[in-house]
Amino acid sequence: MRTKVIIFFILINFNVVNAITFSVDSNKILKNLRCLICQGQSVADSNSDFAQTIKIVVKDQINDGKSEKEIYDFLIEKYGEWIVYKPPFNKVNFVLWLFPYIALVSGGVIIFLFLKKRDNH
Amino acid sequence: MQKKIIKSSIILFLIFIIGVFFVGLNKNSIYDTKNLVGQKITKIQLERFNDKRIITEDDLKKNNFTLINFWASWCAPCRDEHPILIKLNDEKNLKLLGVNFKDKKSNALEFLKDLGDPYDDLARDELGKQSINFGIYGIPESILINKNLVIIKKFIGPISKNDYDDIKNIVRQ
Repeated sequence: MRTKVIIFFILINFNVVNAITFSVDSNKILKNLRCLICQGQSVADSNSDFAQTIKIVVKDQINDGKSEKEIYDFLIEKYGEWIVYKPPFNKVNFVLWLFPYIALVSGGVIIFLFLKKRDNH
Repeated sequence: MQKKIIKSSIILFLIFIIGVFFVGLNKNSIYDTKNLVGQKITKIQLERFNDKRIITEDDLKKNNFTLINFWASWCAPCRDEHPILIKLNDEKNLKLLGVNFKDKKSNALEFLKDLGDPYDDLARDELGKQSINFGIYGIPESILINKNLVIIKKFIGPISKNDYDDIKNIVRQ
């Protein structure tokens, strides 16, 4: 009996974890989509015609089992990267993604050299 | 040596910043979806206005050129472009496919009765879902495609006299 109860809870736990891992959060997607005809609003925040249509399409695609990446890829194909607030890393925008890190490291090196020089004096 | 490194880093940084501003400020900041030109349209599933049959890619492949026009009776600029669409209907090489967008059927029919029906085929996109597949974000918008379903030109807003000339030249070639 005890073994059955343990197996039951393990199975339930496994299903819950699976559901959390594989479910696609529509709100997260809609917040990352720009309403193209609005002033600085995401699709999630807008009630415009365009935003409402995108909401329906995203919901349909989630129901069809599409992943978050597939949904973004579809919309980027149709509207360009401008539609997503967080564009995917690619060869066109890699400088934009890497620049903060490069600036951080370069700044660190400059400060290090500056301090080292001051110590030597 | 260290001074040199610092100096060159600062110069490189300034060049980078100036470069970013130069490219950024010279870029057209008005958003459009004209970058779809050259892409092939796929997964066409448009419901016919009258009999609910589905218009697919195979239907459009039969035409040398198709102008897909998204319109609605509540859209004022659609009225402006309507006479041009009627003139385009005379082009032998071109078929006009109208997609009635988020509209009441009765209003759409009245619109066509009042202003004339330029369309060879008429479809309906009641919820606007199909329009996303065509990269539409406002109406009127029109897409000129060829036999291979490749987008030749995209018209955002009402079709103008210049657009009419362009379309005429393309389909008569």
